[in-house]
Amino acid sequence: MDRRGFLLGTSGTLAGGLLVPRIVLAAGADGEALPAGTLASSVLDALPGKRPLIKRTFRPPNYETPVEVFREAYTPNDAFYVRWHSAVPELALADWRLRIAGPAAQTPREYSHAEILRRFKWHEVAAVNQCSGNRRGLFSPHVPGVQWGYGAMGNAVWGGVRLKDLLEDAGIATAAVEVVANGADAPMLTGPDFVKSLPMWKALDPDTLLAFEMNGAPLPSSNGFPARLVVPGWTATYWIKSVTDVTVSDKAFDGFWMKTAYRVPKGMFGASDFDSQDTEQNSPITSIKVNSLIVGPAPGSALAAGRRVEVTGIAWDGGSGIRVVEVSLDGGATWRKAKLGRDLGRYSWRQWRYDFEPKAAGTATVLARAVARDGATQAEKLVHNPAGYHHNLVQRADYHVA
Amino acid sequence: MSRKLGAAAALALSIVAAAQADESSVALAPGEGLERVQAACAMCHSLDYIVMNSPFQDRAGWEKTVTKMVKVMGAPLTAEDTAAIVAYLDARYGKVAPAPSTQ
Repeated sequence: MDRRGFLLGTSGTLAGGLLVPRIVLAAGADGEALPAGTLASSVLDALPGKRPLIKRTFRPPNYETPVEVFREAYTPNDAFYVRWHSAVPELALADWRLRIAGPAAQTPREYSHAEILRRFKWHEVAAVNQCSGNRRGLFSPHVPGVQWGYGAMGNAVWGGVRLKDLLEDAGIATAAVEVVANGADAPMLTGPDFVKSLPMWKALDPDTLLAFEMNGAPLPSSNGFPARLVVPGWTATYWIKSVTDVTVSDKAFDGFWMKTAYRVPKGMFGASDFDSQDTEQNSPITSIKVNSLIVGPAPGSALAAGRRVEVTGIAWDGGSGIRVVEVSLDGGATWRKAKLGRDLGRYSWRQWRYDFEPKAAGTATVLARAVARDGATQAEKLVHNPAGYHHNLVQRADYHVA
Repeated sequence: MSRKLGAAAALALSIVAAAQADESSVALAPGEGLERVQAACAMCHSLDYIVMNSPFQDRAGWEKTVTKMVKVMGAPLTAEDTAAIVAYLDARYGKVAPAPSTQ
């Protein structure tokens, strides 16, 4: 296995001559940037079956996708970001089983991969998978956690069977409150197992899947082989990887990763859609907030005065779809519509582009903002919260015009 | 060490690290308590978690992190271990400490 790493330095090229993705180092809106220690300890490194990604931590592996990869409508599997709370489980497909049980499941079931494929209808959905903490590293002041830049996300076509069909095969009792999912990953020492729950309405949504494939190929081990939950519109914490156990529960699940972690102060980001997990103080993070990203040219790069340039990017939300993306070249005084790419589905991101001609030498600043079909807009001022979630500040990219 | 020197040291070490990018390439700054930090923290995770989360946490911030590792994650540390680890993290990777070094 080739595990060469490359420094993400301050210049364009370094060890091995590999081009460093400059956006990793670029400041975001309002001069926000990743912590100095994050930049010093990040390298490009390839996990098994993956191309070099931006290593944030080696063990457990937390690797983000370089922004330039987002030029593609769907993120290639070997470039898809990796996020684990503990070691990546190594499962053999022949041995893997999915168990469905619990106090509100009428008939406990156990399925092999072959049996699931034989008995249930195949379904596909294009959806953004975004870590709850994507862009956490850009919060100012910084908050502890994995210091992600822009790349703890990806877009893929997920293929598998509906979780609803599996649950209905087991039979859902009227007492059912939540569906609890657990993967084969095990906690370190006596720490809490990574287990998450969904409200019944989301577990039964026809787009919520038990997926075996992404982009037409089996899931890479570091993305949850052989099967993971796909919960379109919701942040990736619910997309349990290497899932083995689904429990239909008659009460709210109170494990650490639901009750204590992955929470936002109540009402800070709108009404909660997960009643059974709400407390007086906070709610679980759920839907992805409307957001956009400038992909090219990489912020900080050089542009020629008088030559047309195409700014490209992506925009997405939690499933209402993107209504419009607007670009400003005058610091936000006036906005013009970007041209939207093909609609790949309401949970997919939407590509956009905007042509402009930088007139004079100096700094050209491009702002981009998306509006969702449900009317939601990106934040103009960062909404600070203890765990650094929902960073969807209007992005600002500076270019050097000469 | 000045911030500039710290950055230069980090750069030099990262180039060396480029030849072999695995967690053994992560080297924490020397200082009292380093061995205890290495033994305790690396039980469950690579030490780049520390460098990555710096230099923006003050002593109270690091104390909260270490307490979480003990009380929630089950790190088997004595009160003496915990105090020494917090003191090291605050001194070498704290908010007012010199720029983080991977050396």
